Amino acid sequence: MANIQEKIAKLFPEATFEEGENLMVCIPDSKWHALAKTLKEDAELHFDFLVTIVGMDWTDKLGCIYYLQSTVDNKMISVKVTTEDRENPMIHSVHDVWAIATTFEREVYDFFGIIFVNNPDMRRMFLSIDWKGYPLRKDYDDNPELNPVPKENERQEDTTVSYVETEDGKIEKKVLNVFEPNDFVVNIGPQHPATHGVLRFRTAVDGETIKKIDFYSGYIHRGIEKICEGLTYPQTLHFMDRMDYFSSHHYHHAMCMVYEKALGIEISRRAQVIRVLMDELARIASHCLFMGTFCMDLGATTMLFYTLRVREQILDIMEKTCGARMTFNYGCIGGVMQDLHEDFVKDVKELLAVLPKNIKEYNELFIGNVIAKGRLENVGTLTREDAISYAVTGPSGRASGWACDVRKTNPYSIYGELDFEEVVYTEGDSMARTKLRLAEMEQSARIIEQLIDNIPEGEYCVKVPKVVKLPEGRWFQMVEGCRGAFGVYVESTGGTSPLRLKLVPPCLPLANVVDHLTRGNKIADLITIGGSLDYIVPDIDR
Amino acid sequence: MPYEAWKDNEYIESLVKELQENGTNVIVGSLDKLINWGRSNSIWPLTFATSCCGIEFVSLGAARYDMARFGWEVARSSPRQADFMMVAGTIVHRMAPVMRRLYDQLAEPKYVIACGGCAISGGPFRKSYHVVKGIDEIVPVDVYLPGCPPRPEAMIYSIMQLSRKMKVEKFFGGVNRQEKIKDFLATHPSESCD
Repeated sequence: MANIQEKIAKLFPEATFEEGENLMVCIPDSKWHALAKTLKEDAELHFDFLVTIVGMDWTDKLGCIYYLQSTVDNKMISVKVTTEDRENPMIHSVHDVWAIATTFEREVYDFFGIIFVNNPDMRRMFLSIDWKGYPLRKDYDDNPELNPVPKENERQEDTTVSYVETEDGKIEKKVLNVFEPNDFVVNIGPQHPATHGVLRFRTAVDGETIKKIDFYSGYIHRGIEKICEGLTYPQTLHFMDRMDYFSSHHYHHAMCMVYEKALGIEISRRAQVIRVLMDELARIASHCLFMGTFCMDLGATTMLFYTLRVREQILDIMEKTCGARMTFNYGCIGGVMQDLHEDFVKDVKELLAVLPKNIKEYNELFIGNVIAKGRLENVGTLTREDAISYAVTGPSGRASGWACDVRKTNPYSIYGELDFEEVVYTEGDSMARTKLRLAEMEQSARIIEQLIDNIPEGEYCVKVPKVVKLPEGRWFQMVEGCRGAFGVYVESTGGTSPLRLKLVPPCLPLANVVDHLTRGNKIADLITIGGSLDYIVPDIDR
Repeated sequence: MPYEAWKDNEYIESLVKELQENGTNVIVGSLDKLINWGRSNSIWPLTFATSCCGIEFVSLGAARYDMARFGWEVARSSPRQADFMMVAGTIVHRMAPVMRRLYDQLAEPKYVIACGGCAISGGPFRKSYHVVKGIDEIVPVDVYLPGCPPRPEAMIYSIMQLSRKMKVEKFFGGVNRQEKIKDFLATHPSESCD
């Protein structure tokens, strides 16, 4: 890290540095684009994965924190860019450096009103174009009369705006068309059985071939990040169940870890083992449901009944311990809410006994099927470079040859000591994404097998203060959810509730990449490609 | 659940009492009964889910809870072919006009179940700037089903209560729920579906 700091200081004398979990570079906006290019293209730095852009409002200034990761040695760095102008805040866009930045910047614009100069698409994302105010700003007026529940259809425009910098440094507002004037646009969603929730694709087609997709979300935007700013730290935890509801254990895990890191709490080995066991059980259940719903989208309805059989068995195990079938609310600061049920070990062993047979059956029923092969092979191929540039993590990224499993790249909890393989395929098509999930179920079973016989004795939850107060500072933690890398960013001023809580959902990049993958494909492949990416809409919208 | 407890529903009892206050014509009453018997045993849901509750609805359709036992398994993707919509999940500002439109497109007679805390009152997201605080602001609701998310058994119970409600309806004469819905729609106009 020290030589990175030296190198950046030499190239950019304006840059200042803040110490923290990882190095933070503060750079004035005028130099930001040049720094971004250097960070990505320099062979030694090689920060080619843009994890997230955290919009911030520090009351005296607005700004962004960019989290970057290198795919070579997995080191992380953060960059802070600020602006003091609250009326017309502007920061330069980096959409030409990382492809995912276009969408991340749009999200920041929607919540904070920061305009990104040169970004080709500066529309609202989750909120309607008539929404008054920017909700995550500290001075936002949440009077419901300003933004009442709409009674009529939302006003929509087929144009977008872009703020372009001219050669002499002036900023011009340009109105651009989303589609070409003669495009035939088909609307898919939000009420459509194959969009996996309330997502909407405005699809420009030429005959049956897709020309462009405008991905339109916000139909389940619940404003979790804003609600959390008004809650105490333990209260924020239960929202993690309701984002990606299949990865609820993972999301709890991430959030608990970030708080424990900030508080300096060391949790017991027993609690860590329990958390990992639950994570891996949840991963198997999630991939089972993926197989079921994905095959159902493709017309193979029966598959759902086969895969839900295993899922129900796992839900039974979890219900005995956690007391719920879906919103478990099991992790808590310091460990887990309650001890394992006495039948846990027995039930898990029963599951492990039937699982290999079931996975074999799924392979025989679906993967080997001629129709499935025809519909999945070489459909929606994502290259490794694009996967990184579009920040497609999780099984979808690994199917493209990018070894992005957080359990391996930045091992957390006890994953470093466990013996399991990171499954990576290089084909990058829908078939690889499907097969990879089946292979991951086997690896998860392998992890559970290693742990189930040696769950250590000890307390399941260590003592934590009654009133949780985080010290001043900022923390970031990533875990491997079922669909990709999930991150939590917390910034505290020393009180009982966060100044800013940013949730980094893996599904937003997944839904964003649909446009890139479907261009030039047939419209029937949209269902295959969308299904194989396996995004969860409440996770995109938060 | 013991049968006595299942039958214990004061609301339905008062509804039956209200409907039967003035007596029923033998012929018309028998026709009503016949129609209601048929309809209450083949209620088709609309595939409509916004979040977590929708996954429990998927479980309800699978082999373990098997809603096909009751004649509800024909989940339609088009509202024009469905009898009721189970509003499974949070409804936010952007979704509200879409949901109202789906409701308007359901074929008469139509029913709504508010499934889960979010649909009833906004649930855990009640404080949010972008969440509708209960779908009864937008559409008339027949059955409220609490839970976060409700278990599939609870969903079975709620649809059964709906079918009980359908069994006491009157189509020929008398005050029926259709008129109440007309009142509701008159006070909650929508421009989304003309």
